[in-house]
Amino acid sequence: MIFLVAAISILITMCLALIRAMLGPTVFDRVLALNMFGTKTVLLICAICFLTERTDFLDLALLYSLMNFIGMVALLRFSHHTALEQEVSQ
Amino acid sequence: MIYIDIIILTLLAVTAVTVARIRDLWAAVMFTGIYSFLGASWMLLLDAPDVAFTEAAVGAGISTVLLLVTLALTSKTEKTSTSVPFVPLLVVIGTGAALIYGTLDMPHFGDPSAPVHTHPNPGFVERSQPDMHGLPNVVTAVLASYRGYDTLGETAVIFTAGIGVLLILRREKKSANTDDSTTEGTA
Repeated sequence: MIFLVAAISILITMCLALIRAMLGPTVFDRVLALNMFGTKTVLLICAICFLTERTDFLDLALLYSLMNFIGMVALLRFSHHTALEQEVSQ
Repeated sequence: MIYIDIIILTLLAVTAVTVARIRDLWAAVMFTGIYSFLGASWMLLLDAPDVAFTEAAVGAGISTVLLLVTLALTSKTEKTSTSVPFVPLLVVIGTGAALIYGTLDMPHFGDPSAPVHTHPNPGFVERSQPDMHGLPNVVTAVLASYRGYDTLGETAVIFTAGIGVLLILRREKKSANTDDSTTEGTA
């Protein structure tokens, strides 16, 4: 029961992050929302693993956090140039 | 459990509509990343950890990076079209209706009398435990071990494609360099 409540609270947090990613006026709001979404996915997988009592899926959470990190590094590396362009155009 | 399914499917639909509607391509790439994470979670809920692994590695990891590299080479915003696209809408609705019609014949999720559970030799289920030294997931055993050569071939194909792309991109840069050197030589 406690894991179900935890999973649904994490899903509500994911909804909030998604709304921020949609509204987000700047690139960095969206980057932060995406990073938070990835972290919440890792937590959701852990909660679901304990909810369904299949803890061998926990390896998947490790892969997800790695992917989140790689994607974030790539995003920030490329956003460096585009953010500068935006500032110049504004 | 059903609440989690409903919320994740709703979030998937919302993200897909946002990707289609947003005009800032930079933000659209981020939403495809969110879509991949959600899709992989959904596959995990359907008891398909292997597909979820692939989706997380390819969808959230590599394709995001590839799309970002493409965006760095092209423009950042999408052109706004003035005409209302009726023909693409009809094509999409037709394809969607055909796909939904196709799912009507499919067995229900987890149906024990489904062809996939009865038709192939049940020996896979019986023998995979001793063959794989107690690997709990039969699908992983089939994918990673029984079909190991197939997976090796797929990896070789993708590796060859990657080398081809790298060679094409490098040759352009090199020819620009040789052009410079020839002009310098003539000058």
